[in-house]
Amino acid sequence: MLSFLTDFVQILFQTVRDVLPILTLIVFFQVVVLKQPIPNLRNVIIGGIYVVLGLTFFLLGLEKALFPIGEIMAAQLSAPSFVGANGATEFTWGHYYWIYIFAALIGFSTTIAEPSLIAVAMKANEVSAGTISQWGLRITVAIGVALALAVGTFRIVTGTPLHLYIMVGYIIVVIQTIFAPKKLIGLAYDSGGVTTSTVTVPLVAALGFGLSNAVPGRNPAIDGFGLIAFASLFPIIAVLAYVQITEWRTANLIKTRQ
Amino acid sequence: MIFLKKLWSAVTDLIPIILVVVFFQLFVIQQPFPDIWEVVIGSIFVVLGLMLFIEGLEMGLFPIGETLAYALAKKGSLFWLLSFSFALGFSTTIAEPALIAIAKEAARISADAGLIGNHPTTTSNYALGLRLSVAVSVGLAIVIGIIRMLKGWPLYYLIIGGYVLVMLMTAIAPPEIIGLAYDAGGVTTSTITVPLVAALGVGLSNTIKGRNPLFDGFGLIAFASLLPMIFVMGYGLFWF
Repeated sequence: MLSFLTDFVQILFQTVRDVLPILTLIVFFQVVVLKQPIPNLRNVIIGGIYVVLGLTFFLLGLEKALFPIGEIMAAQLSAPSFVGANGATEFTWGHYYWIYIFAALIGFSTTIAEPSLIAVAMKANEVSAGTISQWGLRITVAIGVALALAVGTFRIVTGTPLHLYIMVGYIIVVIQTIFAPKKLIGLAYDSGGVTTSTVTVPLVAALGFGLSNAVPGRNPAIDGFGLIAFASLFPIIAVLAYVQITEWRTANLIKTRQ
Repeated sequence: MIFLKKLWSAVTDLIPIILVVVFFQLFVIQQPFPDIWEVVIGSIFVVLGLMLFIEGLEMGLFPIGETLAYALAKKGSLFWLLSFSFALGFSTTIAEPALIAIAKEAARISADAGLIGNHPTTTSNYALGLRLSVAVSVGLAIVIGIIRMLKGWPLYYLIIGGYVLVMLMTAIAPPEIIGLAYDAGGVTTSTITVPLVAALGVGLSNTIKGRNPLFDGFGLIAFASLLPMIFVMGYGLFWF
């Protein structure tokens, strides 16, 4: 319990330092540039205290829960006793299939429940005048993130170079951009950013680090990263594809009716 | 009631993870989970912290940030608008929880691998430097995004240009930084940055004639994921 307390005080001080720039910015622009008093000063002060306390609790909990969960799951699912349960001693990438399934499930479930994605899906439905369904888009993005994490863990297990995957992904995005309906491109690009939430990022990162530690011959400093990059890139591809397919289907529907 | 609703929305962030992990523990791994109580207490902290954090943002920061963004967009002074945009991107990124966590972890891993010194001051400087380079790049990304909106340049030209730059930097950056740099792009845009930047974008496209807030407001976040990759690779060139 004492270690919790000393950690708490230490993180609290750092957090105050981290939140200071935003407060300075708002006070400076409100008072010096716009020359107006701060509205609802009491709320701003209480809100500021909440932000500092909340951030401190979150960071502490992250170190005690989210990071360990990710690392322990990776370690348990890639332990030789678990991977080689059916008598294998030499492991190829195929033996680590539980890791890929776990990563895909985490990706799918966290994305389906992600509040900012729900907001984006509502906007997309509005912009497209109803042709893009909210659930269709959410499931598409969730499948995109699930695939991203499965491929990402496969990459860590095999140790293949990250930039090759990303480069292929970029080429696909560029080709899709040429054909996609122009007004939805910005939305698709932004969907990459909204899927990776504050809770998911640390967990997924820890999963990657833990996996690169456990698989023989992998270096965490080089192989441990990349899961978050995949989780931001794949949804762009998924959304562009979804938008494209919806467009074709609507066009076909109109043609057959004529 | 409102308190319960906030608590529930923080819990729903964690529920999918808990379900998947518990399922795997019970049916696939079937082994005791180490330090289970510390993890449980930590999870409660995560929920509590996230709830307080978002409540605080909605009480104080978001309303004032949004009216400020709107007022500055209307004021018509390009200098103040762009300085505000930069400072907004910079300061929200410095306070971004996921980035704080990842920077610390990345510093630990680099120290374990012997890439940087193992001294606590060295690792915390490395983590802070990492966050500063991401914060500067997000600030610049927002400035570029605003200029794009004012000039009406097509979004995809800049994104494709950004991709080309990322690839060029990958060719010269040390291999130890590439993975982290790519991840930095996805980390930057979460809890604080997105709502405030979106408010700025929507406020701005409302004040410019012939701009649609729904289309132009989009795309600011996409820049904020691209530029950090380029800057963190630059940071790696400087360190290794």
